[in-house]
Amino acid sequence: MKHHLDFEKPIIELQNKLAELKKHPEAHSLDISFAEEVALIEKKLEETKRQIFLNLSAWDRIKIARHPKRPFTLDYIRHAFSDFSELHGDRLFAEDRAVVGGFACLGPHKVMVIGTQKGRDTKENILRNFGSAHPEGYRKALRLMKLANKFGLPIISLIDTAGAYPGIGAEERHIAEAIAVNLREMMLLEVPIIAAVIGEGGSGGALGIGVANRVLILENAYYSVISPEGCAAILWKDRAAAAKAAQALKITARDLLALGLVDEVVPEPLGGAHTDPETCAETLKAALLKHLEEILAWSPAERLKQRYEKFRRFGHYLEKRPTTGEAVEAQSPKT
Amino acid sequence: MSTTSFTKKTLGLETTEPALTPPPAAPPVSSFNKKPKLAAKPKKREIPEGLWTKCPKCGTMVFDKELDENLKVCLQCEHHFPISARERIHSLVETCTFEEMDADMTSVDVLQFTGVASYTSKLQDYQRATGLKDAVITGICRMGPHRVALGVMDFSFLGGSMGSVVGEKLTRLIERATEKTLPLIIISTSGGARMYEGMFSLMQMAKTCAALAYHAQARLPYISVLTHPTTAGVMASYASVGDLIIAEPGAMIGFAGPRVIKDTTQAELPPGFQTAEFLLDHGLIDAIISRNQMKAQLIKYLDYLTGGQKAAAGL
Repeated sequence: MKHHLDFEKPIIELQNKLAELKKHPEAHSLDISFAEEVALIEKKLEETKRQIFLNLSAWDRIKIARHPKRPFTLDYIRHAFSDFSELHGDRLFAEDRAVVGGFACLGPHKVMVIGTQKGRDTKENILRNFGSAHPEGYRKALRLMKLANKFGLPIISLIDTAGAYPGIGAEERHIAEAIAVNLREMMLLEVPIIAAVIGEGGSGGALGIGVANRVLILENAYYSVISPEGCAAILWKDRAAAAKAAQALKITARDLLALGLVDEVVPEPLGGAHTDPETCAETLKAALLKHLEEILAWSPAERLKQRYEKFRRFGHYLEKRPTTGEAVEAQSPKT
Repeated sequence: MSTTSFTKKTLGLETTEPALTPPPAAPPVSSFNKKPKLAAKPKKREIPEGLWTKCPKCGTMVFDKELDENLKVCLQCEHHFPISARERIHSLVETCTFEEMDADMTSVDVLQFTGVASYTSKLQDYQRATGLKDAVITGICRMGPHRVALGVMDFSFLGGSMGSVVGEKLTRLIERATEKTLPLIIISTSGGARMYEGMFSLMQMAKTCAALAYHAQARLPYISVLTHPTTAGVMASYASVGDLIIAEPGAMIGFAGPRVIKDTTQAELPPGFQTAEFLLDHGLIDAIISRNQMKAQLIKYLDYLTGGQKAAAGL
């Protein structure tokens, strides 16, 4: 019984009770039958689950997004894609295993899939640097995306990173430039690009592979300009205020959809993606296919135009209309 | 250009509000902000406040008027003090040629950010204290013989953080430059993306880089100038994709803040880490140019970068 989150406690208690009852049938109440009592507890369990998972706070969802058993990029590649052949290296400095990429099939379509990859255990996490990429990871991703563009393969980008790695080597090899170049170059790729935030969407490190025609997000994933802990440390001078920061930053999938910052929220099984990775992968696959097929029908010029306009209109500001001098709130117009 | 005189600003705000990463703990900035206190030590009470400034690098007491005349560069040790966007524009453009764009654009509290203090009140405080509407001033100007699209950031407004206004004003500037086939210069100083606008701030990184992609595709020059400090979201977007990237001496430049790196890696940071000189040594920037040489050098670069096009366009 490991890896349970604090808000799951009532569920665990009921599950334990049920298990106990099944193990020792003689322990059940005398006035109702065994089957009835099991059914009663099962019903209560279902209700409790629904109650809890439909009313999660932003902070609760972040805990699910960071769950150690949550499916990672390679899990989705295994379940939602087929025939994956991994390609390695940035051809410049190193192979960054915090970013994976390669050819794969999504349904009937040959695609290039890339994504940030966390480790399942300590050993793998050291290899994957906990999913935080160095400059080489972003440069490898761009190399593969340019390759895909050259040979007409659509790009699927799976995002799950706490952020780009804040390290000495990363700075020495210019991680800021690696991300910035990706932002610029992804804007000019003529193939369809679909990004999906499957866990953590950590700031520039996520956006560095996130410039796309469509941006999807799993129900319990988050996408934020700064980690809630980082925001709390700066604004509240207290990392423990992370739950408050998570709320204020509006970083859950539903919040982002309401703000128009993502295109679709992909539902997860009740209890989170880790409770049923296969089903979650199937749902994600269907969503990716739907968007991919739509964008495949567009001309390269249309894909570029739509991608530009999509990002061009993000922002809210006030400006005075020259004619009236009256302040108006505006979202930058679609150009 | 509305302000032509160099004025010494004593901001009422002691702490700059950082953005994506905690503020760089480099001494020059904090010392600058605490300048009025230093000048008003009990011992020197007879000296009127705001006449002298102690250089945080060499300790020399510099006469403010001389410091202003020298573009806020210490006459003894060449330490570069922070300079406001208006002063910088004045130091770079030909007199009366700066046509400001989107001067009235202001930020809105789109998330209704409920922090320790409301975003709206923060904005009002900083607008009052700095006389700026937001952290960037953009416009079209002339520098020497060149018509240039110029964007200049100001660190004194919420740590130069990039929210929707910074992103939108710069994107409009870049789009205007592309449309009018103008070279572009952006002078950056920023703690990163502005937290108060959440993901809208992050998206400004993609938005500005998108506009730059098309400016670059039109083979128009873009010079990015990095000044103290330029970090995080701004560094990981438009500031890092110039055809030329130059920096002022001693400027702190990087992606993650040094404290974050130290906490994450548990390693000692190399000497001079994340300074302009460190970046130059690692091959990450084209040149380090002193503020006093900046205008002449930028014009020289533009001479080269626009030489072919000018001939072709017959300008």
